[in-house]
Amino acid sequence: MSLRNWVLALSAASMLAMPAIDAAQAEDSIFVPLFTYRTGPFAGSGTPIANGMHDYLTMLNERDGGIGGVKLVVEECETGYDTKKGLECYESVKPKKPVLVNPWSTGITLPLIPKAAVDKIPVLSMAYGLSASAKGDVFPWVFNPPATYWDGFTQILKYIAEQEGGGIEKLQGKKIGYIYLDASFGREPLPLIESLSKELGFEAKLYPVAAADMQNQSSQWLSVRRDRPDYMILYGWGALNSTAVKEAVKTNFPMDKFISIWWPSEDDAKGGGDGAKGFKTLNWHAVGADFPLLADIQKYVVDTGKSQVADKSKVGQVLYNRGVYNSMLIAEAIRTAQKVTGNKVVTGEDVRRGLESLNIDEARLKEMGLEGFTGPVKLSCADHNGHFSTFVQSWNGTAYEKVSDYITPMSDKVGPLLDADAKAYAEKNAPWPTRSEACDAS
Amino acid sequence: MFYRETGQFKQNYAADSAVFPILQDRYGLAIILAIAFVGIPLFGNEFLLASVMIPFLILSLGAIGLNILVGYTGLLSLGSAAFMGVGAYATYKLSTIFPQVNILVWILCSGFFAAGIGALFGLPSLRIKGFYLAVATLAAQFFLQWCFVRISWLYNDNPSGAIEVPARTLFGIAITGPSATPVTRYLVVLVIVAVMTLIASNIVHGRIGRTWMAVRDMDIAAQLMGIRLLPAKLLAFAVSSFYCGVAGALMVFLWLGAAEPSAFDIRLSFVLLFMVIIGGLGSLIGSFMGAALIHIMPIAIRALPESLGLPIAAATVEHLTFLIVGGLIIFFLIVEPHGLARLWQIAKQKLRVWPFPY
Repeated sequence: MSLRNWVLALSAASMLAMPAIDAAQAEDSIFVPLFTYRTGPFAGSGTPIANGMHDYLTMLNERDGGIGGVKLVVEECETGYDTKKGLECYESVKPKKPVLVNPWSTGITLPLIPKAAVDKIPVLSMAYGLSASAKGDVFPWVFNPPATYWDGFTQILKYIAEQEGGGIEKLQGKKIGYIYLDASFGREPLPLIESLSKELGFEAKLYPVAAADMQNQSSQWLSVRRDRPDYMILYGWGALNSTAVKEAVKTNFPMDKFISIWWPSEDDAKGGGDGAKGFKTLNWHAVGADFPLLADIQKYVVDTGKSQVADKSKVGQVLYNRGVYNSMLIAEAIRTAQKVTGNKVVTGEDVRRGLESLNIDEARLKEMGLEGFTGPVKLSCADHNGHFSTFVQSWNGTAYEKVSDYITPMSDKVGPLLDADAKAYAEKNAPWPTRSEACDAS
Repeated sequence: MFYRETGQFKQNYAADSAVFPILQDRYGLAIILAIAFVGIPLFGNEFLLASVMIPFLILSLGAIGLNILVGYTGLLSLGSAAFMGVGAYATYKLSTIFPQVNILVWILCSGFFAAGIGALFGLPSLRIKGFYLAVATLAAQFFLQWCFVRISWLYNDNPSGAIEVPARTLFGIAITGPSATPVTRYLVVLVIVAVMTLIASNIVHGRIGRTWMAVRDMDIAAQLMGIRLLPAKLLAFAVSSFYCGVAGALMVFLWLGAAEPSAFDIRLSFVLLFMVIIGGLGSLIGSFMGAALIHIMPIAIRALPESLGLPIAAATVEHLTFLIVGGLIIFFLIVEPHGLARLWQIAKQKLRVWPFPY
């Protein structure tokens, strides 16, 4: 039996290793862990996001010496999009006092939501995670700007109505197909679809794709061919997106009527070949590297070899810019926290206040070198999401180009659902702590 | 030398057929238990407790469950993750319907639900064997996981589709939920795993375990000796699923804190099977060794470059970890195809006669 001693010796070794890392951490720095996945089944999507996040923060360190004169300690932890590994990452970074965490996976976000308030580490789940966490009164420690999946769905509906030449009453009598990942992410819009289809009079056709069959959607697309929906809406991630595009092309589905939520990348559309031209996705930030800030990233990080991007053309792609946007939120939250609290070396509590007071207006975007990159972001104590507008971009064979104006979500439809959902969450997880965090009036 | 057995006399049959007949082994076990119950909670940091020991113990329990089926009864199963899921979802439903009852009662009760489902899916085992049975249990894996996604009653219609862990206490101390400290959770898991391992040890060393092993070694011969195959095999499925179910409930409630259906996917079944095969088929200690090799070793390898101060990117470390762990698995299987438990047995035998091997 005493071979179990080996096990203990191993764990003792890892136990000894931990304090060494803590000691290596300097006192006057801000620790920002990045949960990334450059390995595993979703690495194709995870790698550009990781690069974008990492490069922006590295650039701030190189160009400005950090934020407000305080160096950022950026550390990646590889989750492989696996919940268990993600939690391991969380536990391993917790002693180093992170100012916030970005789980980059709904599965990792969910267990962290109740922990955030106890550990005093804010969770920034950018447009993923639990939609109801937009309610700052119930979830003071969780932030999910700039839009929820429900917002996204109503934005797509509004765009469809616009294509039909009018307001949402034009959806009457239309047949709209919804192909989605049969997991929490894709199933989230289902209650909304149910209520909206009755209210607006469109017929919804559901095509769930099990996570195990992401690359085999022929049966779903056979049904699509049979049902002949007027429009198709896609909620996918990883291989599901590229397969859906390929199948849509094979089925001869009109690509300009195939609209996705904001996750497909260039590679997903490229897989469909020429036929994929016209494929549309939502987005809330520009693509391309034609911004002063991205030029700085190019200059300070990519050209000096501090980036992990494989080739320079990857800078400016959709998911790379998504990572940049995520890090922009992190950096601005830290900057706001420094302003609100007056501390230079901020803590998780400070950054939570910074996120609640976050106000990135056009002037600030211009100052950062991101003019025209995205819309302004302003959060408040009650609203941790913002429900900001997104636009539709279309694939032209080589790149995505913006084809619509900013579309606002149907807040009157989504709002009540969010309220009910947040309330239900608090009730099911009773005793859920009532908000005790003070609000910085901004 | 290391195992000086001089003077250890067995004066009755009970002593001779004890699980640990050698005094040093009993001391060793006592020391391990002392370290586990006292040393680690006192000196371990949160990371060691929450990310190393708790998962290790829970995976070990799951591996013991699978080992009962695969190692002791010789029935290959690929549905263990699904049975873990049954335990987790049962605990979730029971604890939300009857919040007054202590969560530990439900965690243990959930094992019976898993046992029931396990026995149901074990029915084909009377007719089909080997790889074909693995395929039949694979059906359980897919069907149950489909249920976890599709039957919204199972997750109380949560829009997230996941089960969340409510905060529950034992004697006024939080044991589940966000405010439960890793030390409390570790001790709860440790007590459950230790007691269940003891029970498993008694089962496999007793009449039932011998029945299972007879079935494993040759089921026709076992039948001729008067062992009824159906009850024996179904009991193996039930007990195995009970262990898996409790492990699943512990996994969600005391380790993860919330779980999507994908937490119980086929990969977990394979991981458990690897633990059993690498640790040693038909060995309880092997289940612990297998879990340690599969779970703790990657963490140790991952921590290594950082503690040495080597600047290696996180993703590269991950790739290296895959390579090293994969290589070591192959190495161990080549050195000893019967698993780490057998390796230890050989080592012990050598130590007993050292330095005068005969």
